[in-house]
Parts: sequence; structure tokens; C-alpha cells
Amino acid sequence: MNPAKNLNLRAGLLSVLIFLTLLGIWYIATAPSGAAGGSTAGMTAEQIEYAKMMGKDPSAPKSGGFPTLGEMGTTVWSHLSNPFYDNGPNDKGIAIQLAHSLGRVALGFGLACLVAIPLGFVIGMSPLLRRAFDPFIQVLKPISPLAWMPLALYTIKDSSISGIFVIFICSVWPMLVNTAFGVASVKREWLNVSATLEVNPLRKAFLVILPAAAPTILTGMRISMGIAWLVIVAAEMLVGGTGIGYFVWNEWNNLSLTNVIFAIVVIGLVGMLLDLAFGQLQKVVTYVE
Amino acid sequence: MWSDVTQRATAPAPDARDPQQRKAANVTGFLQIEKLGKAYVPAKPVFADVSFTLDKGEFVCIIGHSGCGKTTILNVLAGLDTATSGNVIMDGREVSGPSLDRGVVFQSHALMPWLTVRQNIAFAVKSRWPEWKAAQVTAHVEKFVALVGLSPAIDKKPSQLSGGMKQRVGIARAFSIQPKMLLLDEPFGALDALTRGTIQDELMTIVRQTQQTVFMITHDVDEAILLADRILLMSNGNETPEGYRPGGIAEVVVNPLPRERTRASLHHLDGYYSLRNHIVDFLVTRAKAH
Repeated sequence: MNPAKNLNLRAGLLSVLIFLTLLGIWYIATAPSGAAGGSTAGMTAEQIEYAKMMGKDPSAPKSGGFPTLGEMGTTVWSHLSNPFYDNGPNDKGIAIQLAHSLGRVALGFGLACLVAIPLGFVIGMSPLLRRAFDPFIQVLKPISPLAWMPLALYTIKDSSISGIFVIFICSVWPMLVNTAFGVASVKREWLNVSATLEVNPLRKAFLVILPAAAPTILTGMRISMGIAWLVIVAAEMLVGGTGIGYFVWNEWNNLSLTNVIFAIVVIGLVGMLLDLAFGQLQKVVTYVE
Repeated sequence: MWSDVTQRATAPAPDARDPQQRKAANVTGFLQIEKLGKAYVPAKPVFADVSFTLDKGEFVCIIGHSGCGKTTILNVLAGLDTATSGNVIMDGREVSGPSLDRGVVFQSHALMPWLTVRQNIAFAVKSRWPEWKAAQVTAHVEKFVALVGLSPAIDKKPSQLSGGMKQRVGIARAFSIQPKMLLLDEPFGALDALTRGTIQDELMTIVRQTQQTVFMITHDVDEAILLADRILLMSNGNETPEGYRPGGIAEVVVNPLPRERTRASLHHLDGYYSLRNHIVDFLVTRAKAH
């Protein structure tokens, strides 16, 4: 076995061990404590009856509130065994909620690509435009995307499209800045080659500048996608209706912590998969000099 | 650098030359450079009044220290840079921008790292003949890759090639568009001596076969003597007691050695050492390095 493979194997084993340790801590922390509270000793029948009437059944097992590992397992199983059910507005399967969120992200992100990449190209090619646009980009970039929400809701008058707009606005900046930077720093020598070959501007843009700047552009897209996935959860909590963010908020209102925890894990996993996908894309366009 | 001030002051005047290093008196060349000058600071041009001509099929090297403006001259010829004064006329037409008529080999090979050798050359070929069909392009590309002996590596990316191989691809790309003339900006500067020798031989063979007109920058005296029919010696701009003197072509040396010379037998030829000494003396005493 070669050393790299060996290292991977050992790292994997360690990861599993850490995971099991965390589950173990959870199990111990939520284990029912027999002695405390839930005892009827020293109480008369009337006192027990009274306590039950007040909603404090002393004979019931006392719960710390945080779900146990067993409850969590049941919830995970119920979601995974039937991810596509649809029982009306407030009760949809996790896959349907995810699909809504991913759809919004895809739309907002796609629109952002359509705007940011061509605009970044132009800004990167022209020092004049770069300077002219710079103040706007610098001011608009640090604005929290959710701050746009009231304005979006007022002008668009549709909560779902407002969510998409918020994704759009948060995805635009990293892509714009990276594309402009990538295009502006294309090596002089490649441009000289295309100049001496009398390559026309369109061919130069697509066959020289685009591939040369592609790794930087992809980096921008990857950052944008990461931000978009962070923002969609918050946006959906705000606008409601559908989506994984709304699901989290709805289950919080239901006080169903197992569902909230499950949704958190799902958000993390999907975010990781999106990042991995962009990492793969990045590998495709990266070149070694 | 190694030049010494007193020595420079006592150096022989440019006129005192032996007969073999006469000035070429060709005025109706294929490429004419007339009173070319470049100034970043108006009062102190890097070079001024640079005039020379190239005949069709001629191989001309320019030699001089760093900063004398060799590369600027080449870039002006390529159309990538503009001169402050003077003009360049090729084949009766003024050079005003880059053109497929002049192939350029860059010092840093300038291959696109995301394309294979085949795609790099095909990019040039398709730029030259956009109407060509794929099969025609492929055949043309393969012919020129074979010319520099890189057929086995045709589908490799530049990052998988050695420095010498990359430069060969750069040369193949420049030849593949069949330009009216070639401009080479110190193409072997970054290569080790052995590789350099091999590629010099290859370049010479191809140039002799194709009757190509070549203008080349070099730092290597032996390279210039091996390849060039004429060698332009360029001096740097410098401050003299009489004031600033811009750089320029101090002397044109005609190579008296037979054109069939080879790298292996070069140093046995009559006249080789006197030619070499003359150029080295020029670089050491008169060219003025910064």
C-alpha cells in the first residue's frame, strides 16, 4: 500500500471515530436521569392528581427537552424513507423542500452568472470602466443580501421572486470581481500572440481570454455558490412558503428539534456537495503553466 | 558590466575596420527600417536614427547589451509597439500593426498552456486560413510539428514538454502560418547550451529550406555567427562629455563565412576568430553596458 493511500485510510478511520465520539457524547448528555425529579414519593394521591392537572405529571419520565439519539434516528428514518410526500402547504417531504431551495439558488445564481461574467469581462478589458465601476462595486459588495429584501418585496411584490433576487444580488459580486481580475491579468504574451495572428476580437475573447481567465472565474463562481447557499436559508426563513430555510423555521415553531437538527445536517451536506461540484469544474479548467 | 571606461575611450573608431566587415549598401530591401527612434523621455531617446534593410531570404541578427532597445525594435517590426519616430516598410507597405505576414517567436515561447501542441499550432493555422476544413488544418499542423521533430509529443500540453520542446513548438507555430518574414526575440535565451545547439541547427535547416527572411535578437555571439548573413551591432544610449548620445546601430557586420557552415565545424573556418573577436571587442569596449 502506498503512503498516500495509507494516510487517506487512517484519516477516514479517525473521522469515523470522531463521529462516533460525538454521537456518544450526545447519547450520554440526553440519557434519562432516573433519580432526579420524576418521583411520586412523599406525595399524596390528591397532590399527584393536582400536579397532573397542572401539566406536570410526576410519573412521566422527565425529559431534558433536547431530543435523544433514538428520537433523532426515528426522525431521520421517517424523512429518508419518504422524502417526496406532499400533505399541503406546511407539510412537505424534505426532498421537495430542498428542490425548492435549490431551484431558487439555481435561478438566482444563473442570472448572476449571465450578468456578472459578461460585465466582468468588459470591466476587466477596459481600465476606464474598471475605475468607473469600482466605487459602485465597493459600496454594493459589503451589503448583506437580506438588507435588499424589503426593497425587493416592495418592488417585485412576490416573495418567491424576491428570494431569487436576493440570491442574485449576493452571487453577483464575487463573480464580477473575480472575472474582472482574471480577465485583466491575462498574460501579455498570449494577447501578443493573438495580435500577431490577427485574431478577431470575438475569437480572442472566447479562445484566449476566457480559457486564460477561467480558473479565476470559476473561483468567483465557487465563492458565490457558497454565499448563495448560506443566504437562501435565511431568505426562506424570512419569506416563508417553501424551501429548506422555511422548513427549519416551521419546525422551530412546531418545537420539533429533531426536524431542525435533521434540516441543519441536510443543509451542510448539500452545501458540501455544491462546493465539491464546483471544485471538480475548477479542476477541469485549471491549466499548468 | 565588464567594460572599462578608459578602454572605451581609446577604442578604435567605427571606420577603422578590416575589409570583411564592410557596411552592406543595400537600399532597396524587402524590409526597410528608416530613422526609427523610441523615446520614453523626449530628451533622451533609448535609440534614434536606426536605419537598416533586410533582403528577401536574408538572416539578420541584432546583438547588443540589455536595455539598448533590441526588443523594442523587434516589437515595432512585429507591430506590437510603436516607434516615436521613423517608419518601417515591408514589401512596399508601411507596418502599422501586427500582421500574419510577420511570424513572431517569443523568448518565453508564449504557448497557451490549456491547449495541446496540436491545438496551439492549429489556433495559428486557423487564424491564417479561417476557410480551411478540419482535415486540411490537421494535415498542415502535423507537417509543421514533424518539421521540428515533435510528432510523438503532438497531443501533449506545454507543461509536459521540456523548455527546448516548447521553444520548438513556438518555432513551428511561427513557421506554420507561412509568414513573409520571421521575427525571433532571443528564442534560445532560456535554454541550456546543448539544447540550444540542437535547435539552432534545426532552425538553420528550416530557414535554408524555406528561404525564410529572418530578423533575430540574440545575446550569443556564436549563435549570431552561425545563423546570420549580417549582424547588426547595437550600442546603448550613454552620456558623453558632449551630451547624451542615444543608442543605435553602431556597425553592420557582413558574415564572410560560407553559408553552408555547421555548428560543429564553425570554429575551424578561416575568418571565424577574427569575426568573433571583432564582435566581442565591440560588446566589451564600444557597446556600453548599463
